[in-house]
Amino acid sequence: MYPNDVKYTKDHEWAKKSGNTIAIGVTHHAQEALGDVVYVELPKIGAEVKAGERFGTIESTKAVSDLFSPVTGKVVKVNDDLSGNPQKVNSEPYAGGWIIEVEVGSTAEFDALMDSGTYQKLLSTSK
Amino acid sequence: MAPRQTPLNAAHKQLGGRLVDFAGWEMPVQYSGVIAEHEAVRTAAGIFDVSHMGEVEFKGAGALETANALITNDLAKATDGQAVYAGLLNDQGGFVDDVVAYRFNSEHILICVNASNADKDFGWMTERAKGVKPVNRSAEFAQLAVQGPKAFGIVQKLASKPLDGVATYRFTTGQVAGVECIISRTGYTGEDGFELYCPPKDAEKLWFAVLEAGKGDGLVPAGLGARDSLRTEMKYALYGNDIDDQHTPLEAGLGWIVKMDKGDFVGRAVLEKQKAEGVKRKLVGFELTEAGIPRSHYPILKDGQKVGEVTSGTMGPSVKKAVGIGYVPTALAAEGSVFQVEIRGRPVGARVVKTPFYKR
Repeated sequence: MYPNDVKYTKDHEWAKKSGNTIAIGVTHHAQEALGDVVYVELPKIGAEVKAGERFGTIESTKAVSDLFSPVTGKVVKVNDDLSGNPQKVNSEPYAGGWIIEVEVGSTAEFDALMDSGTYQKLLSTSK
Repeated sequence: MAPRQTPLNAAHKQLGGRLVDFAGWEMPVQYSGVIAEHEAVRTAAGIFDVSHMGEVEFKGAGALETANALITNDLAKATDGQAVYAGLLNDQGGFVDDVVAYRFNSEHILICVNASNADKDFGWMTERAKGVKPVNRSAEFAQLAVQGPKAFGIVQKLASKPLDGVATYRFTTGQVAGVECIISRTGYTGEDGFELYCPPKDAEKLWFAVLEAGKGDGLVPAGLGARDSLRTEMKYALYGNDIDDQHTPLEAGLGWIVKMDKGDFVGRAVLEKQKAEGVKRKLVGFELTEAGIPRSHYPILKDGQKVGEVTSGTMGPSVKKAVGIGYVPTALAAEGSVFQVEIRGRPVGARVVKTPFYKR
């Protein structure tokens, strides 16, 4: 439920590094807490995002939640598939449910994120 | 203050229900998931705990007249064994609540009220009742709603008598799974089904009997999340969202529950004036013509100006569209009228459509 090949944020998002691009999505815990996801508002390709700032929203049948970027950079890809299949955020949060890819100048912000073990510890203490 | 619990609280926990505070009650918002539960109710059946609802009784000579003078619909025109949907209004014609009034006979009326309003309604009825004194019987009833195309068969299997004669908005009394119930052919989902009123001590027995009897038909326990998306697809008003003390039944498109010819009732004078002059705003159903989901309190815009407000909205699991309900100026209320809904600062196109959004 919390794979080791991605890093985690306190906002319950994950980030996965591939060269100088970082893929971003929400964690298993987040999708479970949200319930059925019905809409994801995505940024435009080319948009600048900043670490800790809102880049989009995710809506479930119950709630609207902001998405916060874990890194600073430029959006190079968005998951258009989510407009027709938002439920992929629930069914495969780390695969088909990815949300955006951001090109970064430095991976320092990514490197500072939590690993799976630390994130799971955070989850268990916040319960 | 800790939220109150219905007699089915332990059952919800046992079934994996996610409990939230709703109108001062700890209620399940979902079990397996809102969309799955919604679809089960549309295609098979679902069972809802609505024990948080309140019940106010009028009993004795003059009961019908007393209750009838408090509500907009006409219990005198109903038959014994009939239920009517009605407004309980303030002197300004605004909703104190929307209610279902059950006519057992002319000397016995039971009014089912919203949980969030139960104490307020009872106070209001007590203050304004001329004749029989209302009695708050909320603590003596649990209520289970069994809804969906398979609901009739499931309840019938457990019932002590045939229910074919109990048409929509009719009710009877009898045993279901050995539990003494008011068996009412009513609901809040747009599907066929029953609402079963029973003593709180028997609620668990009834709940699990229905679950068991409905298993083969695909019946599932359903929470407030599905209840909300189901009723929104039907444009059924939710008190506190779509109707409140600032809006009249005529503005809410509920003119059919107002019977002006029945004699006086609380709020009548204002409605008479509104009827003569025409209403300035109307509650409409709309769908978005661009991506997004409307939510309550989002502004409704025309030519960049705020002209109204969304009162309910959802991504309709059955209609597969983002649909909403909201008040707009009467000039924008006709089917096909267009406006924008402001979603987090972004104007998104919307069009008034025919309701209910969902048709069986």
